[in-house]
Amino acid sequence: MSDGLRLRGITKVLGGRTIVDGFDLEVRRGELVCLLGPSGCGKTTTLRIIGGFLRPDAGEVLIDGTPYTHTPPERRPTAMVFQNYALWPHMTVFKNVAYGLRLRKLPKREVAERVERVLESVNLTHHIHSYPAQISGGEQQRVALARALVLEPKVLLLDEPLSNLDAKLRVRVREDIKQIQQRVGITTVFVTHDQDEALAISDRIAVMNNGRIEQYADPHALYREPETRFVADFVGTMNFLEARVRSASQGAVVDLGDGVVVPCAAPTAFLDTPGTVGVRPEDVHVVADGDGAKARIVRVMPRGHYKEIVLDLDVVTVRAFVGMEQPTEGDVRVRFGRALVYVDDRLRRGSPSAPARSPAVS
Amino acid sequence: MSAVQTSQRVDEAPAVPAPSRPAVNVVRRAIARAVLGLCVLLLAVFILGPLIWLSLRAFAASWSYPSLLPESWTLSWWRQVLADQTLGSSIRLSFTFAPVVTALSALICLPAAYAFARFNFPGRRVLLVSLFATNAFPKIGLFVSVAGLLYSLHLMGTFLGVVVVQLLGTIVFMTWIPAAAFASVPRSLEEAARDVGAGPLRVFFTVTFPLAAPGILVAMILSFLASFDEAQGTFLVGAPNYITMPTEMYTLVLNYPEQAAAVFSILLSVPSVLLMLLVRRHVMGGRLAEGFHLR
Repeated sequence: MSDGLRLRGITKVLGGRTIVDGFDLEVRRGELVCLLGPSGCGKTTTLRIIGGFLRPDAGEVLIDGTPYTHTPPERRPTAMVFQNYALWPHMTVFKNVAYGLRLRKLPKREVAERVERVLESVNLTHHIHSYPAQISGGEQQRVALARALVLEPKVLLLDEPLSNLDAKLRVRVREDIKQIQQRVGITTVFVTHDQDEALAISDRIAVMNNGRIEQYADPHALYREPETRFVADFVGTMNFLEARVRSASQGAVVDLGDGVVVPCAAPTAFLDTPGTVGVRPEDVHVVADGDGAKARIVRVMPRGHYKEIVLDLDVVTVRAFVGMEQPTEGDVRVRFGRALVYVDDRLRRGSPSAPARSPAVS
Repeated sequence: MSAVQTSQRVDEAPAVPAPSRPAVNVVRRAIARAVLGLCVLLLAVFILGPLIWLSLRAFAASWSYPSLLPESWTLSWWRQVLADQTLGSSIRLSFTFAPVVTALSALICLPAAYAFARFNFPGRRVLLVSLFATNAFPKIGLFVSVAGLLYSLHLMGTFLGVVVVQLLGTIVFMTWIPAAAFASVPRSLEEAARDVGAGPLRVFFTVTFPLAAPGILVAMILSFLASFDEAQGTFLVGAPNYITMPTEMYTLVLNYPEQAAAVFSILLSVPSVLLMLLVRRHVMGGRLAEGFHLR
C-alpha cells in the first residue's frame, strides 16, 4: 500500500483561484497513470507539485511511503519530461543526459556507460555528439526521456510530452514511451488533454475537471461507464439525448417525446422523468428496415474503415459509426445498444434486465 | 548603420504603384532606383566622409582649400604623436580604467539584472526605467554634482573617483542587456536542471549564465567602450593626475596642429573598431536590440 506515489488532499491556490482542490491520487508501483482533462483543469499544476516545482497549500506527497511535500525538486526521486523538452541548447546530447550523473560524482567511465546504455534504449546512439538544435523534434523528445530515465527515478513525470509532435509521430512515440515504461517498470504520471493518447497508453486514467478528479478508472471502464456527464462528454464521442427510459412490450425503449421511441438493448437504468441519456455512436445501430425508430440520413462522412453518419430522428439528430456496407441514403430504422442514464450529471445504475423493479413502470 | 538604411530603402521600392502600361512602369522603376542610389550615396558620404577626411588629414603635409587631395604627404605627425611621453601614459591609463570599470560594473549590475529578469518585486518597473535617468540629464550637469559629492569624500583626483564617475555611464548597458539575456533563458531549462539534482547556484552557473553569456558579452563590450571613450567626467574628476586618451584629446586639439589630433583620434578608435569586429556577430544578431525589449 505504501509503494508507489500517493497524493493526499493536495490543494493549490494561485492568484486567488483554486487550481487543485483536495486532490487524492494513488499510483501503484510500475503503473502508468494519465491525468486527463481540458486546459486549466489543474493537471499540469498537479504534476508540478509532484515534481517539487510548486508547493501545495495543503496536502501531502508520498513516494514509497516517504513524505516529499516540502522537498525541493533536486532532492526528489522524480524526473520530469517537459512539454518543450527543455534540453540545454549549449550542451550535446551526451552532456544533456550525463548532467545529472556528473552531479552525483560518479566515475567518468560509469557515466559514459550509463549514458550510452540509456541512449541505446531510445535508439539515439548515433546522435550522441549532436546538439539539440541539430536533431528532430521526435529525437529531442527521446533525449528528454533518456535524460529523465538515466537517473533511475522512482517516479517519471511527463507533461504533455507529445503535444509538439505531428499526428503520425505522436502515435509512434507514445507507443515507444509505453514500451520503455513497461520495460523499466517505472511508476509514471502522464499529463495530457488528448483522450486518444490517454486511452491508448494508460493503466489507469484520472479525468480532471476544475481541480478535482471526476473519475479514476482503467481505460476500458472509463470509456464504457463514464461516472459523470463530464467524463462521458470528454472521453470519446457521445450523443446526449433528453429522454425518458422505460420498458415497453418489446423491451426497454428510449422515449424522446413527440412519439419518437427508440428500442434500446441495454440501458443502465430506467428513468420516468426526462433526463440525460448518453449513447455512443457505435451503439447506434442502423438497419434498412425492420424493428426500430424511423430516421433519415442527413450526412455521411467516410472515416476510412468506417463511416460516420448523422441521422435525423425528427426531434433530435444522432451520430452513428457504422460499417462501410451500411446504407447511406434515405429512410432507415434506428436502434440503440447500450445507453447511459445520467441524473444530476451522475451515472445512474438500475437493473435494466429487470424492468419490473423499475419505478418507470406504473 | 548604412546596411540598415539601405535595406529599408529596398523594401520601399516595390511599394511604387504599378501602372498599367509597361513603358511607364519601366520609367518609374528607373526613377525609383536612381532615388534609391542617391540616398545610399548621400548616406555613405555623410558617414564615411568625415572618416576619410580624418585619415587623409593624418598623413597630410599640406592641404589647402581647392584641392581634393593633400598636396604632399608625411608621417611626421605620427612620429610626433608617438614620441610624446604623455601619450604612452594616457594609453596605459585608458587600458587600466576600462577593464576595472567594466569588471566592477559587471559585479554590481549583473546580480541586479538577474533580479530584474527573474523576480517580481515592488518598484521593479520604476527602478528599471529610472536606470535611464543617468542618460536623461545632460551628462556635464550630472558630473558636476557628482564631482561635488566626490570632493566632500576626498575622492577628487583619485583613481577611485575616476572609476566611480565612469561607472555611471555603464549602468544602463550592464543592467538592461543582461536582464533581457537572463529573461530570454526559458525557466523550464532551469527547472530541468533542478529536476536532475542541481542546486540553484549550480543551475545558474551551468545553465542560466552560459545561455545568457552572449548578451552579457555585448554589455561588457559596450561598457568597456563607454568607459574607454568617457572624457568629460574623467577630465573633471581625474585631471591633472589621471589623463586618459580621450582627455588627452582636449590638450592635443588645443595645443597641436589639427593633423596631430587626427592621428590621435585614429589611435583612439583602434580599440573600439577591434572590439566591434570581435563581437560583430552578436551585435548584428539582434542581441543589442533584444536588450531593450524588456517589459
